[in-house]
Amino acid sequence: MSAKRYCYSDPEAALVDRLIMDQIQPRQRVLDLGCGDGRLLGRLRDELHCSIQGIELNHLHVVGSIGKGVPVIQSDLDEGLAEIPDNAFDIAVLSQTLQQVLRPRELLTQMLRVARQTIVVVPNFGHWRVRLQLLLQGRAPVTNRLPYDWYNTPNLHLLSMLDFRDLIDRMHIRIVREFPVIRGRPVQRAWAANLRADSALFVLESQTNPQDASSAEPQSAAK
Amino acid sequence: MTVPLTNTAPSPAHDSSGEISSASDGGVGLVQTQYRTLFAPPHPLVLECGQQIGPITVAYETYGELSPERDNALFVCHALTGDAHLAGRHSADDRKPGWWDKFVGPGRGLDPTKYFIICANVLGGCQGTTGPISINPETGKPYGLALPVLTVGDMVTVHQELVRSLGIEKLLAVIGGSLGGMQALEWVAKFPDAMHAVICLAAAANLSAQGIAFNAVGRRAIMVDPNFQDGDYYSADGPKKYGEEGPRYGLALARMIAHITYLSEVSIERKFGRRLQNSDHLAYELQKETEFQIESYLHYQGKRFIERFDANSYLYLIRAMDYFDMAAKYGSLEQALGQTNARFLITSYNTDWLFPSSQSREIVAALVKTGRHVSYLELSSVFGHDSFLLEIEQLEELVIPFLSETLRQSRKH
Repeated sequence: MSAKRYCYSDPEAALVDRLIMDQIQPRQRVLDLGCGDGRLLGRLRDELHCSIQGIELNHLHVVGSIGKGVPVIQSDLDEGLAEIPDNAFDIAVLSQTLQQVLRPRELLTQMLRVARQTIVVVPNFGHWRVRLQLLLQGRAPVTNRLPYDWYNTPNLHLLSMLDFRDLIDRMHIRIVREFPVIRGRPVQRAWAANLRADSALFVLESQTNPQDASSAEPQSAAK
Repeated sequence: MTVPLTNTAPSPAHDSSGEISSASDGGVGLVQTQYRTLFAPPHPLVLECGQQIGPITVAYETYGELSPERDNALFVCHALTGDAHLAGRHSADDRKPGWWDKFVGPGRGLDPTKYFIICANVLGGCQGTTGPISINPETGKPYGLALPVLTVGDMVTVHQELVRSLGIEKLLAVIGGSLGGMQALEWVAKFPDAMHAVICLAAAANLSAQGIAFNAVGRRAIMVDPNFQDGDYYSADGPKKYGEEGPRYGLALARMIAHITYLSEVSIERKFGRRLQNSDHLAYELQKETEFQIESYLHYQGKRFIERFDANSYLYLIRAMDYFDMAAKYGSLEQALGQTNARFLITSYNTDWLFPSSQSREIVAALVKTGRHVSYLELSSVFGHDSFLLEIEQLEELVIPFLSETLRQSRKH
């Protein structure tokens, strides 16, 4: 990997955690897909008294979660969410992982099956530096946190914010809120977000359940 | 010596006799099996089949010391042919230690310097707890098949009574694999407030049809043995040493079949392959039964088993497994497991075809659905169903943090 190449910068994990936590109400039931060592879920339990559940593939992370008292199921997101019953959670969280699964669309469908709302954080490969890198160097983008070359990167899908919104439209999912993350800061009404955001957080829910949608609105207004 | 409790008076141990001896192998050192009589008249045990028995003797062992708050007790439920002798040795010249010895000891998965560990032989067993080989007080002869049919629920009720009689109000955790895992699940369903945590290894909420099928063959093997005599094979002067009377061949055959189900295709291939026992050439002798190493191994397992197990007891225990079906008993798995606040650690093994991962996933799904605290892993091992007994380090890596976090949380509240 060339050192000169632009690396899409991963916003500080703690900041993204904070942003995710701001979308979650006290005592909600939260499922974190790819929960790592249980850091976010531990905070949701301790600070917001949420009922929590993690899913994680990496064995060391699973052990780490158990050590924090975070309940975790070891599972491969590419194999679906078979153990998770319909509507078992209020919120399902998927942070910086959607671009790594084999079938993102299927996973989004599954998430909205098991949870009323879904929080997704995705990298924005529409960022101007990524475009510039591709234009000037003719090379595929690489991220700081995942500094892999194209042939061994876990980032299977490169998407921009616009691409993501297209998919959401096609799936009849509603975007409840969206926060572009620009230089580590969430900016709710950013101009030219698809050029400037490193990543973006979306709160999603099915359009098919208007009752749930209306009950969610007052909560979002409180933010 | 790790004999912190006497048979009669449970006492939170402060005395020096309760200290862990520094065993040379890093384990628990010398231990003694203890006995306790429960369900004495006028309070017999009402079994799930409706009949009553009592009094019931329970054989159990303990390791470590009960804390003054009595909040550090773990109960280990043994599997089908296990016993109360979980770890350590009964005498210095004992050939073999307890059945989970490598998992129990200072710094090990179950640490007697932190926890008070209890293991008891199950009701219906033949290693000291009341079972078909025990004397029926009404006749003065062994129960034999006069003992009513027993269930996993009955076993658990006896465990629970033992724990209560030891002065423990709430266990820190119940741990078990296979039939032991079934007991752990049944325990938390029947007594939801009896423990802070459940560790369920290579188990299921019901025995699969395949499992019943293998038990059926084992049962048949015992019952067609001419020495079975409807279970009435004990000598007039009381049961002799195992292996000297009764359906020896049937029981050995039952064990051979069952033993295959505890292994995996990979483990058999690796351990034995097609290798011959004593020769490089095929013998072309039809009646030679131990020509291949795997044949010899199974015969050896059968032979060893009849030296330590009673055929009637085996029939009772496999029937209890056959009957085990939590969804049927409690209406649904959610009903069964949703009443407790205990946290669960569940593992299955990728090569276990007797208790496949799909059955553990059913339990996990029910726990998630009811919002319980559950961690689940499908672990990798070549050893099939026996993995939980053999993959010690893999298990310790999970159980040690799980238990210490459970203890920490339980002391916070």
